[in-house]
Amino acid sequence: MPRTILDPKILRSLVPALSFAVLLGAIFYVQPRTMSYFGLNLMLNLALPIAFATIAQMFILTVNDLDLSIGSFVSLVACITATWLNEAPLLGVVALLGCIAAYAALGALIHLRNLPSIVVTLGMSFVWSGCAILLLPSPGGSAPDWLSGLVKFRMPFIPFSILASLILGLIVHFALMRSATGAVLRGSGGNPQAVERAGWSLLKTKVTMYALAGFFGVMSGMILVGTTTSADANIALRYTLFSIAGVILGGGEFTGGRVSPIGAILGALTLALVGSLLSFLRISPEWQIGAQGIILIVVLALRSLVNRLEERQA
Amino acid sequence: MTTKRSAAGLAGLARSAPWLFSFVGALVIFAVTLAANNWSGAGQIITAALSFGAFYAIVGIGQMFVITTGPGNIDLSVPATIALAGAIAMTTMGGSDAMILPGLAAAIAAGFLIGSFNYLLIWLLRIPPIIATLSSSFIVQSLAIVYGRGLRIAPPPFLAEIATGRVLGVPILAIVTILLAVVMAVVLHRSVYGRSVTAIGQNINAADLAGVRVGTMRFATYALSACFAAFCGVMLAAFSGGASLNMGEEYLLASIAVVVIGGTSVAGGFSNVSGIWGAALFLYLLITMLNTLGVGAGLRQIFTGVIIVAVITLAGGRKKGRG
Amino acid sequence: MSPSASSDRPIVELNDVAKSFGAVKALDGVDFSVRPGECVGVVGHNGAGKSTLMQVLAGTLAHDRGEVRLNGDVVAASDHSVARAHDAGIRCVFQELSLCPNLTVAENTRLRHGSIRGFGWRRQAARLIATKLDEIFPDHGISAGAVVGDLSIGRRQMVEIAANFSATESEPRLVILDEPTSSLDQQVASQLLAYVKRFVEAGGSVILISHILGDIFGTCDRIAVMRDGLIVEERPADKFDRHSLVASMGHVTDEDTPAPQSQASESQRRGEPIVSARPPRQTDDQRLELHPGEIVGLAGLAGHGQTALLRLIHNAARHRSRYASVNGKIAFVAGDRQADGIFPLWTIGQNVTVRSLSALSRLGLLEKGREREMEDRWRETLKIRTPDMGDNILTLSGGNQQKALFARALASDAEIIAMDDPMRGVDVGTKREVYERIRQEAENGRAFLWYTTEFDELVNCNHVYVFRNGLIAADIERDQLSEQKVLHASFEGEAA
Repeated sequence: MPRTILDPKILRSLVPALSFAVLLGAIFYVQPRTMSYFGLNLMLNLALPIAFATIAQMFILTVNDLDLSIGSFVSLVACITATWLNEAPLLGVVALLGCIAAYAALGALIHLRNLPSIVVTLGMSFVWSGCAILLLPSPGGSAPDWLSGLVKFRMPFIPFSILASLILGLIVHFALMRSATGAVLRGSGGNPQAVERAGWSLLKTKVTMYALAGFFGVMSGMILVGTTTSADANIALRYTLFSIAGVILGGGEFTGGRVSPIGAILGALTLALVGSLLSFLRISPEWQIGAQGIILIVVLALRSLVNRLEERQA
Repeated sequence: MTTKRSAAGLAGLARSAPWLFSFVGALVIFAVTLAANNWSGAGQIITAALSFGAFYAIVGIGQMFVITTGPGNIDLSVPATIALAGAIAMTTMGGSDAMILPGLAAAIAAGFLIGSFNYLLIWLLRIPPIIATLSSSFIVQSLAIVYGRGLRIAPPPFLAEIATGRVLGVPILAIVTILLAVVMAVVLHRSVYGRSVTAIGQNINAADLAGVRVGTMRFATYALSACFAAFCGVMLAAFSGGASLNMGEEYLLASIAVVVIGGTSVAGGFSNVSGIWGAALFLYLLITMLNTLGVGAGLRQIFTGVIIVAVITLAGGRKKGRG
Repeated sequence: MSPSASSDRPIVELNDVAKSFGAVKALDGVDFSVRPGECVGVVGHNGAGKSTLMQVLAGTLAHDRGEVRLNGDVVAASDHSVARAHDAGIRCVFQELSLCPNLTVAENTRLRHGSIRGFGWRRQAARLIATKLDEIFPDHGISAGAVVGDLSIGRRQMVEIAANFSATESEPRLVILDEPTSSLDQQVASQLLAYVKRFVEAGGSVILISHILGDIFGTCDRIAVMRDGLIVEERPADKFDRHSLVASMGHVTDEDTPAPQSQASESQRRGEPIVSARPPRQTDDQRLELHPGEIVGLAGLAGHGQTALLRLIHNAARHRSRYASVNGKIAFVAGDRQADGIFPLWTIGQNVTVRSLSALSRLGLLEKGREREMEDRWRETLKIRTPDMGDNILTLSGGNQQKALFARALASDAEIIAMDDPMRGVDVGTKREVYERIRQEAENGRAFLWYTTEFDELVNCNHVYVFRNGLIAADIERDQLSEQKVLHASFEGEAA
């Protein structure tokens, strides 16, 4: 069967890219000055850590779990980065590695005891927040110089944030969607029993996915601090909801291991840009959250339209 | 053939009396708190726990029905609904006792509309409920901000009395909520609606083929959850002397936590109401205990989290599905 | 490791193997072996222990007692694993599919074969699976890049089979096929059985579990009959005939029961039908009609639109539909129990009464007494084998679970019962009991829509519609019915 651009399967995978393009176009139209190196950099810098957190969430969703703690986890990482990593780098590195190990351990716990991830991560969100408060009771700290230097690095022609998102997307895409190991990891979300029967360890896949989520969560927190140069215990709480919405906007499904890394990043960027567009439209900040919700709904409506198109063709 | 009847003990108990754990936990924590308090102030602690626990229980019951309808069903619009409903109720009542009923009705109606909108999104756009309720909560939150701008209207005295008053030392609100819980327990276990909801939670496709009106039942469930959240908003505003925008914030995580600690399966199709009360008391007493022990905010959160994880780990071993 | 070196040594040998689940003895001391170059048929009721036996052979279950030998070496229960069995060349096609629906055909192939990795693994996997598919199922039309979830269930089964027959680091020496043809249409099924014969001639071995006795006789060299966790009879295939085989399974049968002459004759076809429907893609004015007291069969190759039309009719009873008008209440008997039928957390009783909730309630509240009464009445009526309807539904064997689903529909107030090939994988005894019940209910005025993949079941129907490519291809009255006619209608036009 020849595939055309109107093939719903292709159209569906294009929805995240299209909605991102439309949004970017609208921003350029409303505020042409953003169509520049600096403009883009400014807008997307804040989106980059969200993209990383979304990728972290995506790994969890791939194995049919949900992480309600990623926001507070990223906040904790931000606090560690702005304090220990700056003042006592060795301690900081150990702490961050410990964070990743804790995520891996959570994966093992959830698998071994067959626990609902929603509840476990809900509980862990309290733990991460508590640790962050202990570490940094009031906003402050400062980013290590090398980190803010890296995030603010002025690439020629392409803003760092765009390049970083691109590289992130490609790396995760090849690792998860194109590699032989990635097929096993995704398969354990699609039909765990089958994967186990084929001789793979579900414990290993779960731990791998959680460790990856922890790793990208750590990256997210570090980049966040690199951008903002300071941290507080609540700095990234909204990432939890953003990351879930981002994966879904990007074409990911809640169950069955159907995800798309590139889509997820586009979804995250789209969500982050919504805020920029609204402020350019001079919409009163009271309505900003609401407008964000409306745009989320519009994008989802678009996707469901495409899905129905597909059904009619089938 | 593969059922493990022999696996008695904790797992067996979790099946037959899933609510037991939350009450035992609440009792243990109560005892520790009392011990730390040199065995005094028991009455005071119980009264406070009943008052604050009632709010957890009200939202928890609504959330429980939503979670019962199966994996992926969670109402994230609870906090926004609480904020908007509280603001609407306080404005409508305007501090007058005569307007209590209209104000309550307006708030519940707003909740009903929010719930209907939630289900409309789920049904029309075929999107996961988490995303649907998340996006609608953004809108509701905006509405609450705009509507409640600079709002500081005191609740009518009679309503405040219901929210804060006591009969024979027992908070009136707790009595109301316990009655509500009893009614909802009957609804869950003995009504066509409750049976339908547990059927949907186990296998939505089979439920449809077995003649369950899946759409209607799910609609009713989301509307119910939002109405309970709205009711909670009204009582919360009455309790704290007026509505505020962030008064619902802690209830998102709390509503989910009480459902799960109360022994309801997150995989759907298996739930109970009484456990929610146990879990609500447990959660409140936990905070009281940590306060009594002089634990700081950070450690208190860590303890809360660790205990939630520990509870679910001990109760663990639920059926497979979205966990 | 080459097959010739160990010419006649059994690939797998079980001595006095037992396996229990709690109090249930699924296997109670089984001796069984398979040598290279033979096809062994395994038959028995549901609950006879076939599936457990296969799981022990495939390494997914460890035995409690006895001795398992792979290629002559004793394997301790603690050592027995899928990997171990796989190394010995044992592959198993399970009744429930073990493909990941979110992955492509090639990716699923990779999942099975740890050796496919590194650069170019996709091409390698695609070539492997495509070659095997071509070999077993010519003209299969399955692309290696297709996502499995987008394939029909029959095609998924074909992929599953091909994946198990393809060689990787170890050659497949013994392939276990557990009801492999249940979701395949006849043409594809015969392709498979022909391939099995070629495979066995070339020195491979196959264990075939099937409830279609024709397949067993046509393919197997030896037949083992299981009952109550034991192999009760094991002989070369030509020492059995249909009658003796069924007899040894424990049910007394009359050879080729004469078709029951139903009282509901064509005279009843006059008057208003309670169901009138046409498949959405039907272009001529052919319609499916159902009258009270009638049993109408939906025949044809599997997956040609029968289930879709049943579901359409089921929905049309509640919401208006362009394609169907339904003047009565309808109940559905699922064929795929796990996906469409069972509520796994509920008791048997709750599973039965769910279709009748409003009838058993007053003011929205269920009346316990009336519910219990309905449960017990239908346990008696359909002889559901359980001490207590309050036990969990999963304590029942597959056949009894199916009876509970029948009870759900028959106990309801529905005038129309839609049955979606409900006898899939059900033992002969249960089938007979249910056929009898259906005839009685029809005589009392109920109407049945019965989709079935087995010709034998069509003789129970007053009227048969044969489906092909999602359309009604033929409309056959009871006294005109013959297997030839049904086959003709199913295949006509596809020969070219």
